[in-house]
Amino acid sequence: MTDDEIKALVLGELKKIAPEAETGGIDPAVDLREQIDLDSMDILNLAIAIHAATGVDIPESDYPEMTTLDRAVAYLRPRIKK
Amino acid sequence: MAWKTIKKPREGWAVEPNLLDYERVRAQFSWEAARRELDGLPGGRGLNIAHEAVDRHAAGAHGSHLAIRWMGKRGEIRDFTYADLSRLTNRFANVLRKLEVQKGERVFALCGRIPELYVTVLGALKNCNVFCPLFSAFGPEPIHQRISIGDGRVLVTTTTLYKRKLAAIRDSLPDLRHVILIGAPEEVRAIPGVLDFHQLMDEAAGRFEIPPTAPEDLALLHFTSGTTGKPKGAMHVHDAVVAHHMTGRFALDFHPGDIFWCTADPGWVTGTSYGIIAPLTHGITSIVDEAEFDAERWYALLQDQKVTVWYTAPTAVRMMMKIGTEVIRKYDLRNLRFIASVGEPLNPEAVVWGQEAFGLPIHDNWWQTETGGIMIANYAAMDIRPGSMGRPLPGIDAGIVHLRKDGTVEEVTAPHIEGELALRPGWPSMFRGYLHEDERYRKCFAGGWYLTSDLAKRDAEGYFWFVGRADDVIKSSGHLIGPFEVESALLEHQAVAEAGVIGKPDPVAGEVVKAFVSLKPPNVPSEQLRAELLGFARKRLGAVVAPKEIDFVPSVPKTRSGKIMRRLLKARELGLPEGDTSTLESE
Repeated sequence: MTDDEIKALVLGELKKIAPEAETGGIDPAVDLREQIDLDSMDILNLAIAIHAATGVDIPESDYPEMTTLDRAVAYLRPRIKK
Repeated sequence: MAWKTIKKPREGWAVEPNLLDYERVRAQFSWEAARRELDGLPGGRGLNIAHEAVDRHAAGAHGSHLAIRWMGKRGEIRDFTYADLSRLTNRFANVLRKLEVQKGERVFALCGRIPELYVTVLGALKNCNVFCPLFSAFGPEPIHQRISIGDGRVLVTTTTLYKRKLAAIRDSLPDLRHVILIGAPEEVRAIPGVLDFHQLMDEAAGRFEIPPTAPEDLALLHFTSGTTGKPKGAMHVHDAVVAHHMTGRFALDFHPGDIFWCTADPGWVTGTSYGIIAPLTHGITSIVDEAEFDAERWYALLQDQKVTVWYTAPTAVRMMMKIGTEVIRKYDLRNLRFIASVGEPLNPEAVVWGQEAFGLPIHDNWWQTETGGIMIANYAAMDIRPGSMGRPLPGIDAGIVHLRKDGTVEEVTAPHIEGELALRPGWPSMFRGYLHEDERYRKCFAGGWYLTSDLAKRDAEGYFWFVGRADDVIKSSGHLIGPFEVESALLEHQAVAEAGVIGKPDPVAGEVVKAFVSLKPPNVPSEQLRAELLGFARKRLGAVVAPKEIDFVPSVPKTRSGKIMRRLLKARELGLPEGDTSTLESE
């Protein structure tokens, strides 16, 4: 997957959790929680949803990697199988 | 399974606990004596929380002691000594005085854990205003409701939160006279009808004499949720500081020199009573972390800041448990002496896990918005029965009661019998009413007891055990959520005919909010509509209050008198017996 595809996948899962979020203007370097109204359960559910969609195991200790788009892409890129 | 009691040593403490002999201290305790441990305002002008928390330490040699160390999201650190805090809160009190905010008028704050919040709380108390926190993750609807019920005169918030949540509802809050914004000067200037926090502070004097304050003057307003109706504003008075101070000593075992970290947000009562007031009245150092939960960051903070006493919440503990103890081994947590938890009952696994992870059990305690401070606790020197909330604080009489049909109350003295947890009124931090809701306040009392709406039982040794709620209020990640508030928001959507909302058990959050919705024809269930409703509710209520799940149902079960049978929804969700459905309206 390309970085843009991974980004789109993460945003797609995020949209399912927070359908009201305007994801167009998200700064990929900034914590999602500062840009969209998300609580800790939403981040947990996001990690679970990304796992379900990609097959990538995300242990709980790596959940902070899901808090910005850039970090999520960097984390998922080497782990997603073709 | 039965959990083994965690035995505490009788001697050989590195730091001797304040409450060594529970029975003796309890027998000798009086609130009058506890009150004498505070100073009171100079010249016999009364009792003011801000004086006990700040000014009495700031005046002498303790003025240079660190009161608050603030840790920003991006690694910044800002230190505030007691003298700094005194000057800053004087300035903010002068700001409010200059704006002619009168005694007893409400000052609201809507912001994350930023230094200005702490200045606002204590400055408002100095000016004899009533402070009311709003959780920054609330959506516009809960914010609007609380400011209007609470007759908010002043709101302190940030430019970001203002634009996102306030700008659209500002016009519908005509009694909100002043909005004070924290943000870059040019951003604040660009917004009409608001004031600049830092500019006002720069123009204000650093000296302020706290006006005479009666112990029974209102100080704090904390909103909480019931099953039905609007949120309730529980009113607390300056005398509450006596309980904050005393419970800090006994339940959190504060000692001079302690470095204390309360992870709760001041948007909730724990974050105010223990995230601000109690550690300051003891003259110790409080850590404030602006960032959200992140286990490794937390361990590093505990290590680097040499935290000695840590007050956290079950949801955080359970998240740490999932990550495991291996990562904790990388950190040197030798300074940590005492860990406590509040928010919802701490499961026995988590109590015991503390020993494995930190070499310390986690001490659960129990209280609620209305009680203003910790009421029942596990103490440093008392054996722990994992899963129990502990025993009542000195000065607190708790009981298990049964309500009779005629409205009278019977105390259950035999052990292990379930009933409603009740407290004998009279402790200083007890709420003095629900703002504008006398009837709801009166309903909380019967037969000389304050009824907590929590079901519990007491064992033969006087330990209390939480059983469940007597009402339908949802407890998610330690926050009380009223199902009615969520149902009302859903009903505002044109497609929704009926809504019933329950707390669905969740291994991490305790409960998550789940909604059952029936649709008005010609609407039919679809994934698209589900997402639309989810977004609709989140936009109005905010992520912490809105449902995480929505199910479509043909109709929502109600009694013949039209009350939603949330218990039945819950039983169906969990696949449990449906119980008595004799009052169920045919579906």
